[in-house]
Amino acid sequence: MIEIKNVSKWYGSFQVLNHCSTHVRKGEVVVVCGPSGSGKSTLIKTVNALEPFQKGEITVDGISVGDSKTDLPKLRAKIGMVFQNFELFPHMKITENLTIGQIKVLGRSPDEARERGLKMLDRVGLIDQMDKYPGQLSGGQQQRVAIARALSMDPIAMLFDEPTSALDPEMINEVLDVMVELAQEGMTMMCVTHEMGFARKVAHRVIFMDQGSIVEDATKDDFFGKPRSERAQQFLSKILHH
Amino acid sequence: MNLGIFIEQVPDGDGAWWEMLASGLGWTLGTAFFAWIMAFTLGSIVGVARTTDKPSLVRAGNAYVELFRNIPLIVQFFVWYFVVPGLVPAVKAWVVSLDPTEHQFVTSIVCLGLFTSARIAEQVRAGIQSLSHGQRDAGYAIGLTRPQTYRHVLLPMAYRIIIPPLTSEVMNLIKNTAVAYSIGLVELFFRTREMAEMTFRYFEAFAAATLIYMVIAMSANRVMALIERRVAVPGYIAGGK
Amino acid sequence: MGELDFDVIGRSLPYLLKGLQYTVQLTLVAALGGTVFGTLLALARLSSFKPVALVAAGYVNLMRSLPLLLVIFWFYFLVPVLIQQVTGSERPPQIGAERSAYITFIMFEAAYFCEIMRAGIQSISRGQIGAAYAVGLTYWQSMKLIILPQAFRNMLPVLLTQSIILFQDVSLVSLLNVTDFVGAAVKIAQRDSRIVEMYLFVAIVYFVLCYTLSLMVKRLQHRIAIVR
Repeated sequence: MIEIKNVSKWYGSFQVLNHCSTHVRKGEVVVVCGPSGSGKSTLIKTVNALEPFQKGEITVDGISVGDSKTDLPKLRAKIGMVFQNFELFPHMKITENLTIGQIKVLGRSPDEARERGLKMLDRVGLIDQMDKYPGQLSGGQQQRVAIARALSMDPIAMLFDEPTSALDPEMINEVLDVMVELAQEGMTMMCVTHEMGFARKVAHRVIFMDQGSIVEDATKDDFFGKPRSERAQQFLSKILHH
Repeated sequence: MNLGIFIEQVPDGDGAWWEMLASGLGWTLGTAFFAWIMAFTLGSIVGVARTTDKPSLVRAGNAYVELFRNIPLIVQFFVWYFVVPGLVPAVKAWVVSLDPTEHQFVTSIVCLGLFTSARIAEQVRAGIQSLSHGQRDAGYAIGLTRPQTYRHVLLPMAYRIIIPPLTSEVMNLIKNTAVAYSIGLVELFFRTREMAEMTFRYFEAFAAATLIYMVIAMSANRVMALIERRVAVPGYIAGGK
Repeated sequence: MGELDFDVIGRSLPYLLKGLQYTVQLTLVAALGGTVFGTLLALARLSSFKPVALVAAGYVNLMRSLPLLLVIFWFYFLVPVLIQQVTGSERPPQIGAERSAYITFIMFEAAYFCEIMRAGIQSISRGQIGAAYAVGLTYWQSMKLIILPQAFRNMLPVLLTQSIILFQDVSLVSLLNVTDFVGAAVKIAQRDSRIVEMYLFVAIVYFVLCYTLSLMVKRLQHRIAIVR
């Protein structure tokens, strides 16, 4: 489904991604972790071309992301993305947040879009909030709406960029529960997260990044059982301590 | 103080002095209205251009703003009124076909519109850049094109954020209309001055103008505050993200 | 329109420079005077003694809602009358637009500088004034030694930007027949019928001067930001 081959990226002369290669198969859940500044967020954003890259190739569902002829809006509409800071549109009601993409990008009728959007909102347990504005919801609720917004576009895969790291601790689980459910239903997912509990529960593979490189790319059991690199071991011991 | 002067007839005109001032006010507001439409449109375009990732557009936008910001308004009036027709024969031909009042009116709108547009461009740019970069990404991520992202995601919030500075710009524009006196537009200040010179009632004339400008400023403030309240986003505190 | 004659600029340069000199002089005096009075106004606006705060706010709001051109003419007409009242002389003194403009611009700019200084003072944390009182300073001492220097320093780029605007606004006195830079250009343009050349020249000179000054302010701003 997602193929990343030898991707490198520079900001000026500073290399943020160094020959990264990996893949996500259909129905697979891949967790990407690593210390801050390791390039994991940049990597996930290259998948839907929010971050351009200079070398290598990425294909999603057989379509090349880096190709200048690719219709990026069309490609992005097929991939759902959830951001660290939710990024709901503050001036739109929850229903409008859910329907804008469907109407403007997929060309659905407002009624159809609303029906689909509300179904997804119900799914994340927030149907009673439909007429509110994002600023009136808690962080955890906003993030669940953001997931519903992505899902209402009927994506073939979902990208999560640290979806719980801007949340107060008591709100993390409500978001993780939605993500776990999604994973168990067979959604193709690529998640940048430090939530190792989530990784243990549903991930098929775990990727560990450091200084722009993919250091480790292993099945969940291998990764948690015996990480091969010292850096991954250090990282795990730090993160699992609290 | 002699308030009777306002109902006294203008020597060579039709109507009383208060009617003269009222007609001047009409020209002031009319000029400001059309100039505002022009300034808001151009200012938004230039402001948006300065937030794109195309260096050539950003540079062109910056140059535009610097050009209109670094020349005194009265000199800009002279440039549009005298220099441009003097240098461009086509403009000259067109200007000659207008009657003087039309020429002054059009020049004032163009001059004030461009001058104000540079200031609005600066506000629009600042408004867009005050939004988190993630908002743009979120627009793109659900498949919106760049124009759609500006239209539905970035600009609606940016405009809301910059309502207070835009209020100042509305008032600046109305005040700046007085400079059109320099090319002879018969706006409020022109009429005030005329009344003062012809009747020697300086105090009354200037006091009347002062009162009118104050009322305009207060009304503009009220209207913008009303708009601000109407478009306020529930749960969103301006400046906080 | 092929017969543009830019020699007129060379011929009238001394006269133009004299005009520019007046413009610069008026700008500097008004910027300094405006800063002093503006700071006093700002302190008045922030005063806990309500009547003082109200009067100051009223003055600032009045000035800020009037076109500068109207204020210029107000003062031109009022200043002689006021001086006559004060000195008790029989006739209003002939002080001329050149000199009344100094008073006009100081009084007008004071309102704008006031708002800048007020923002500057309010940007200083309340702990600073508490600390000043705690070491035993009086109100005026803490303002003069602790608060105002910081406020002034923080606001310096804004004050300078406002001064560049002031430098441009001075040109409006040309409408009172004063020979500032624009006034000089207008007179020569009319005398020699060289309107296009003169106004183009004036526009370019202003642009070069103001653009250069604003670049310098921007660099200063960077430096202040780094030091802070």
